Amino acid sequence: MSTVAYITARGLFGRRRVLLLLPLPLLLVGLALICRAYDVDPTQWGQAVVQGLGLAVVLPVISLIVGTGVLGSEVDDGTIVHILTKPLPRRDIILAKLLVAGGVSAVAAAVPLFIAGVLADGVKFGVALAVAAVAGAVAYSALFLLLSLVTRRPVLLGLVYILVWEGLLGRWVSGTRVLSIEQYVITIADRMAPTGMLDGKVSLPVALVMAAIFAIGGTLFAINRLGSFSVAGETS
Amino acid sequence: MSVVELQNVSRWYGNVVAVNDISMTLQPGVTGLLGPNGAGKTTVLHMMAGFLSPSRGTVTIDGSPTWRNPGIYRQLGLVAEKEAVHGFLTARQFVVACAKMQKLPDPAAAAQRALELVEMTSAQDRRIETFSKGMRQRTRVAAALVHEPQVLLLDEPFNGMDPRQRMHMMELLHSLGDRGHTILFSSHILEEVEQLSGLVQVIVAGRLAASGDYRRIRRLMTNRPHVFAVQSSDDRRLAVALIGEKSVSGVEIEAGGLTVRASDYGSFTRALPRIALGEGIRLRRLLPSDESLESVFSYLLEA
Repeated sequence: MSTVAYITARGLFGRRRVLLLLPLPLLLVGLALICRAYDVDPTQWGQAVVQGLGLAVVLPVISLIVGTGVLGSEVDDGTIVHILTKPLPRRDIILAKLLVAGGVSAVAAAVPLFIAGVLADGVKFGVALAVAAVAGAVAYSALFLLLSLVTRRPVLLGLVYILVWEGLLGRWVSGTRVLSIEQYVITIADRMAPTGMLDGKVSLPVALVMAAIFAIGGTLFAINRLGSFSVAGETS
Repeated sequence: MSVVELQNVSRWYGNVVAVNDISMTLQPGVTGLLGPNGAGKTTVLHMMAGFLSPSRGTVTIDGSPTWRNPGIYRQLGLVAEKEAVHGFLTARQFVVACAKMQKLPDPAAAAQRALELVEMTSAQDRRIETFSKGMRQRTRVAAALVHEPQVLLLDEPFNGMDPRQRMHMMELLHSLGDRGHTILFSSHILEEVEQLSGLVQVIVAGRLAASGDYRRIRRLMTNRPHVFAVQSSDDRRLAVALIGEKSVSGVEIEAGGLTVRASDYGSFTRALPRIALGEGIRLRRLLPSDESLESVFSYLLEA
């Protein structure tokens, strides 16, 4: 499992794609710093920056880039065959990929969210945002890893989930929020450190249970799909 | 010693039948998998390697199914046609990683042995992305051999190799076959198959058209006259004598000797020395001229 994780991490950080992880966290921290530097009241910028940018964009987009990168790229270029032709339980391969995806996404999203939270309200809010971001990163990673195995266009489908399902439908159609990881993250952070800046629309039990279902269900489904992985039949 | 077995295997994609009711058994030794483009060779290899499920039938190695059975890779090595390798790793890192994933007791030593086998030790510390096509191919072969699998499947293994590397790879596969490994390689270059293996599995339009030693296959094609090039001390007199032989269906006299068409391989090869002896003619050369793999293959395609 450690070898798979090592190859996955080397592959992830060896690609230019990893540079995409930088701008969004920098933008989040930069905006928070500017607002703080100009002494703007956090009630005026907190929700827009922390929830509107941090939780609705930075966390899911980073998770999408990393989650689809750890497996989808190998599926696309065919290098996955070198890992699959080994006597490794498919569970170990998926868990190694998930470990890297979840870990990298969690760090890349939780650190800037922690900083933004501290600047907006204090350390408690920063910690709450970081913890919720870690939970969200795991759930998103499991979902996007699974998408890499069920579709040839995981990035496109992932964007549809983030922009259309969570961003658009989540705002207007209340029923869709039950299947929105963004909403779980907002609720978890809000219950850990209520500030009035976050607007959680699902209950805490729903958030916790559904986040676990996304993470565990996505992982189990991905393990099963990888077990039946077929190489496209390019006959020659 | 491992045996790969396909029993009544079919594979279809929607309405398209890629492989149609193929049964074959691969014994230890080197076997060539032949077929024109689109015949279904890669589909068969992928099913053997556990990367495709047969729509019908079974694919097994020593009785164990290859589909959804990762344990099979302890005894199976695959060199796929697609060249993709983790280019950010050096050849050594890549082969060591493969050895570790095989859970070998001494991955570094196993990797070193495999890299030596394919003559890649001098470049082992370079990143794979800097390699030529042939070097990448040899690195992939080293990765597939690192755990010394009993069964080795190779899809177009000589692609991109220069003649010397090709020769070396052929020797390597030969020696593995001689040591009891079961090796199947696909190729569209008949010369390669001819040099590497007498045993072939010929797939045409998704069906197994022929299986076995190609010279023997040729001899079984009784509906096609066998062509021999004959040189003797008196070609014209030999031609007259041969035309009276039942098994001879035609004789052409050419500048360099005779071209004899025989309807029955065995009867002709028995009759020729008797006729030559009776006529007092000395035979200088007798060569079956359409027993090459190319002739056998083209006959099978025309059939």
